[in-house]
Amino acid sequence: MNGFVMSQLPDSFARWFASRGWSIHPHQQQMLDRADAPALLLIAPTGGGKTLAGFLPSLVDLADGTHQGMHTLYVSPLKALAADIRRNLTAPVTEMGLPIRIEDRTGDTSYTQKRRQRADPPHILLTTPESLALMLSYEDAPRIFAGLKRIAVDEIHALAESKRGDQLMLALSRLQSLVPGLRRVGLSATVEDPDAIAGFLARHPDPCPVLYADPGPEPDISMLIAAAPPPWAGGGGRYAIPEVLEQVRQHRTTLIFHNTRAQAEIFFHELWLQNEDALPIGIHHGSLSREQRAKTEAAMVAGQLRAIVCTGSLDLGIDWGDVDLVIQVGAPKNVKRLVQRIGRANHRYNAPSKALLVPANRFEVVECVAALEAVKARDLDGDPRGPGPRDVLCQHLLICAASAPFDADSLYTEVTTAGPYRALSRADFDACLDFVATGGYALRAYDRWQRLVERDGLWQLRDPRSATRIRQNIGTIMDTDLLKVRMRGRGGTPLGEIEEGFAATLSPGDTFLIGGQIVRYEGLREMVVEVSRRADKPPKIATFMGTKFATSTQLSHRILRMFQQDDWPELPPATRDWLHLQRRASKLPEPDRLLVESFPWIGRHHTCIYGFAGRNAMQTLGLLVTARMEAGGLDPLGFVATDYATLIWGLEPVAEPGALFAGDNLRETFETWLSGNAVMKRTFKQAAVITGLIERQTQGQRKSGKQATFSSDILYDTLLKYDPDHLLMDITREEALKGLVDFGRIEEMLARTSGRIDHVITDRPTPLAAPLFLEAGRIPVEGAATDRLLADEAERLMSGTGLEMSAEDQRRWRVPF
Amino acid sequence: MQSRIERSVNTCVFTLRDETLHVLPSGGLWWPDQQSLIVADLHLGKSKRIARRGGGLLPPYEGLDTLFRLDADITATGAARVVCLGDSFDDDAAQRALGSAEQELLSRLQKQCDWVWVTGNHDPGVGGLSGTVLSDMRLGSLTLRHIAEAGTDGELSGHYHPKARLTLRGKTISRPCCLVDQSRAILPAYGTYTGGLDWRDKAFNGLFEAQAMAILTGQRPCRVPYRGGEISASSHV
Repeated sequence: MNGFVMSQLPDSFARWFASRGWSIHPHQQQMLDRADAPALLLIAPTGGGKTLAGFLPSLVDLADGTHQGMHTLYVSPLKALAADIRRNLTAPVTEMGLPIRIEDRTGDTSYTQKRRQRADPPHILLTTPESLALMLSYEDAPRIFAGLKRIAVDEIHALAESKRGDQLMLALSRLQSLVPGLRRVGLSATVEDPDAIAGFLARHPDPCPVLYADPGPEPDISMLIAAAPPPWAGGGGRYAIPEVLEQVRQHRTTLIFHNTRAQAEIFFHELWLQNEDALPIGIHHGSLSREQRAKTEAAMVAGQLRAIVCTGSLDLGIDWGDVDLVIQVGAPKNVKRLVQRIGRANHRYNAPSKALLVPANRFEVVECVAALEAVKARDLDGDPRGPGPRDVLCQHLLICAASAPFDADSLYTEVTTAGPYRALSRADFDACLDFVATGGYALRAYDRWQRLVERDGLWQLRDPRSATRIRQNIGTIMDTDLLKVRMRGRGGTPLGEIEEGFAATLSPGDTFLIGGQIVRYEGLREMVVEVSRRADKPPKIATFMGTKFATSTQLSHRILRMFQQDDWPELPPATRDWLHLQRRASKLPEPDRLLVESFPWIGRHHTCIYGFAGRNAMQTLGLLVTARMEAGGLDPLGFVATDYATLIWGLEPVAEPGALFAGDNLRETFETWLSGNAVMKRTFKQAAVITGLIERQTQGQRKSGKQATFSSDILYDTLLKYDPDHLLMDITREEALKGLVDFGRIEEMLARTSGRIDHVITDRPTPLAAPLFLEAGRIPVEGAATDRLLADEAERLMSGTGLEMSAEDQRRWRVPF
Repeated sequence: MQSRIERSVNTCVFTLRDETLHVLPSGGLWWPDQQSLIVADLHLGKSKRIARRGGGLLPPYEGLDTLFRLDADITATGAARVVCLGDSFDDDAAQRALGSAEQELLSRLQKQCDWVWVTGNHDPGVGGLSGTVLSDMRLGSLTLRHIAEAGTDGELSGHYHPKARLTLRGKTISRPCCLVDQSRAILPAYGTYTGGLDWRDKAFNGLFEAQAMAILTGQRPCRVPYRGGEISASSHV
C-alpha cells in the first residue's frame, strides 16, 4: 500500500487482538507501516482507536526489552487524560506481558516520583505541555531525554488553538536538537484544515503527511422541536426542558452541552425542578472544584448517571463509554466544535453519533438550521491562527537559558523549525532576546543587572539562582483571578471557583448558583468565599470566566445566504413567519451590504446595525460607533450587542449612518479607545506573566496581602506614558486585537460591505430588531461616570455618620482641571 | 489663608489637632499654614532593586514618574518645604544607584525648597543627599514619623500604603487612601510602583477610633466613613 512495506504485527500483539475479537483498524496498520516517517498527522473521529494507533509503533518497538531510557513521550492537554491513558495502556501491556514501564507526570505528580523519573526515566512518559517545558528547563535535560525515539501529541487540534500548543511546538524544536532522530505523531479530531495542523506539527522545512481514518457513518443529527416555541431572545433553552427530559429517559446516557458555565448552572437547576422521575443527572464544568468534577466523572464511569449537563470541559478526551446522545443547547456558534461534540456520542467505531440541537431563541433557530446544513456538507469553519505569539517565545528563551547557555544564531534556527514560528524574522527574535536579557527599554537602565548576559558568545543567566524563578513561572495558562468557594464551617466542602470580580459584587445574604445548588454568600475568609445553604432569595447568576464564543465567520455567512431565499420551508412556522414579516416591514440583511435600521421607541431614537461579525466584534463596534456618535453630538445613551446585530439608543436620530462607518480613521479611533481599555490591561497582565516580567501570584501570596506587590495596571500605564513602542505593548496590542476585541471581524465586515449601506427608517422596531430589546448585557455609554458615581456614593455614606461634610467642604468639589 | 492650590485643584480638607490639611489628588498632603508638602513612601529605585535581586526587569520609569508628580505638586502648591515620610528609597543601594535623570530632577527640586528626609524601614540611613535627615520631626502641633505609634496624639505617618475598596452598584473601586481620625492620619504611598494594603487589614487594628474616615485619592479626592481596621463582613479584598 502506497509503496510502504506492510509491517507484520508481532505474534504477541496479534494474539492479543485476536483474544479480544478485534482486528487492527486500517489506520492503525498504516501508522505502524509509516512508523519511520519524521512526522505524521492522524485525523480520526472519536472512538476510532486513535490513541492505540499512536502508541502501536512504540509498543512494537519496545517489545523486545532492549531499549534503555525514555522511548516515547505522550503529551495531552489534560492532566486527567494523561492518567486515563496510562490506565488504558497499562492493561494491554500487562496482558501481553510486555517489558514496558509507563508513567505519567503532571502538576499533580509527587515530588519524589518526579525526582525518580528524572534519574531513571520510564519507557513511556505521559505528560502535559507545561510539565514537558519544565523538564526541558533542567540542566540535565539532555540526559533525561537521551534515547528518545517518538513523541505523540494527542488532541493536537485543541492544542493548536492555544498558546499551550505554541509552547509545546517550541519544546519539540528543543527536543529535536537534543535527539535529532525524534519522530513526531499528531492525533487529531476532525478539523477544517488538516494541512494547517500538519504545518503546526512538522519540523520545518520537513513535510508532515496526513493520514485519514475512515470518518465513519454520517451523524444522526437534527433539531429538537419543543411544544413551546423558543423565546424571542436570551439563552439557556429552558423552554425545552420537558422534551430534553423525555430524550434523557429514552437514552442510556446523554451529554447536555451548553456554551457557558452560567447557562449550564441555570439549566441544571431548572432541570431538577422538573425532574419528577428523579433521573440521576449530574453537572460538570471547569469552575467546579476538582473534587466535585471527580465525583461526577466517577459516577459517569460507573454508569450511575443518565445525563450530565456540561460545557467545553467535556469536549476533550476522556472516554465515557456509554454516551448514546449528545444534546447541544444554544446555537453551536461554530460548526467544527459541534462536529467534535457530536463525536462524544457513541464511542464505538462505525456507529452513527446521535445528536440534537436546541436553539435557545428564535434567531438561533436559523443558526441551528444553518449549522445542520454545514455539518451535512462537511463544511467546517475556523480562522487561521496567525504566527506564534512572541510572549510564548520570550518564555521559551528563559527556559532554554535555565537549562544551558545558548548561541543566539543556532537557537534562532532551531526556533524557526517550529510550525508556529517558521516565519519568525531574525529582528523579531532579537527583540525578544533583548527583552528577556535587558528589559528592552528605550531607557537602558539595567546594564549591570541584566537577566541574561552574553559571555564567550553564549547567552546565559547572569545569576544562576534565577533559574528557580523561571521554572516557577512556566506555562501560558492564566488562572489567578479566581476565588475558591467553600461551605462555611470547619473543613467545609469545596464547591468550585468564581471570578474575583463577581465575588466583589456580593453582599452577605446574596445568593448564587454553583454546582447546581443555590448557596448564600456569608463572607470572605483568607481569600476563600464562604457560603451556606440558607438560600432564601432568587439567585444572582455567577459570571464565570471562560470565553464567550462568537458565531464563526463561515456560519454567519451561511445565515446571510439563507436570508436571500424566497421562502424557508426548512424552518419551523414561527421563525419562518417572522422572517417574512421582517421582509415586509424592512428588508433582510444581505451578504455584501450593511443593513442599518432607525426607528423611535419609548421616547428614544434607536439604530440597529446588522453586522453579522460575531458577539465580540459587534460589541466592539458598539463602543466605536457610540464614541463617534458622542463626538458628532448625537448623545448616545447605550447599546446592546448580539452575534448578528448591535442596537444603539440615544437622544438624537442618526440621519446619515455612512459617516459612522467611514473606514479611514476608524482604526485610529479604535486604537485610541483601546489604549485606555480594561481589555488591554488584562491582556498586558497575561503577556507580562508569560514573558516573565512579573511573577505568577500564588494563592498563598495573595492571602498575605498586597502591600509589597502592585497591580500590573501600573506597569501598563507607565509603559504607555514613557515607552509606548516597547515590545510588550506591541505584543499586548496584537493579542488584544485577536481576542475579545475581535477587530479583524469588523474589518472583514467593512470590506465585505464596502460602504454599501441600506438605511431603512421605520416608525417602530422591526421584527428582526425586536428581540434585541430583550437581550441582557446592555452597556451604558459613560463619560467621567466613575468619579461622579464615587462622589454620589461618598455623600450617601457620609450622611448619617457623625462626620457630615460641612457646606465649606462641599464647596471644594470642583470639576477636574 | 488661600493658596493657589485651592483655586486650581480639587482637594479634600480635614483638620487634625486644629491644623488644616489638604489631601491632594496625587495622595500628597498640603499644609498651607506650614507651607509644607508631605509625601510618604516614594520607594525610588524600586525597579532596580527588583532587578538586582533577580526578579523581572520592570519598566525603569517609575522614579521619574514619581518625581514628575512631586514636581507638579510643588509647582501647584508653591510649597516652601517638602517632607518625605520615610521609605523614600527602596533601599540604601537604590539611593546610590539613582539614574542620572532622576538625580538631576531631584536636585533641582531640592534647590527649590527646604527638604526633610524622615527615615523609614527601607531607608534607615538616607545619606549623601542634601536635605535634613530625621527619624521623626515636630511641625506645628503635629509629629511626623514613618510608622504610626499607638497612643500618640497628633501624628502624620506613612508605611502602610492604605488602600480603600468599595463596591458601588456592582463596580469595584479601589484607590489609595488617607486614613484619618481625631489623633492621626496615615498617608497613602506616593511612589508609582507601590501596592496597597487593604484598609480592613488587621495591621490597622487599634490605630483608629470608631469614627474615622478614609479620604480616597483620585481626580476628586473624597471621603467615606472608615471603621478602623474592624473587619466588616460587607467589605473585603
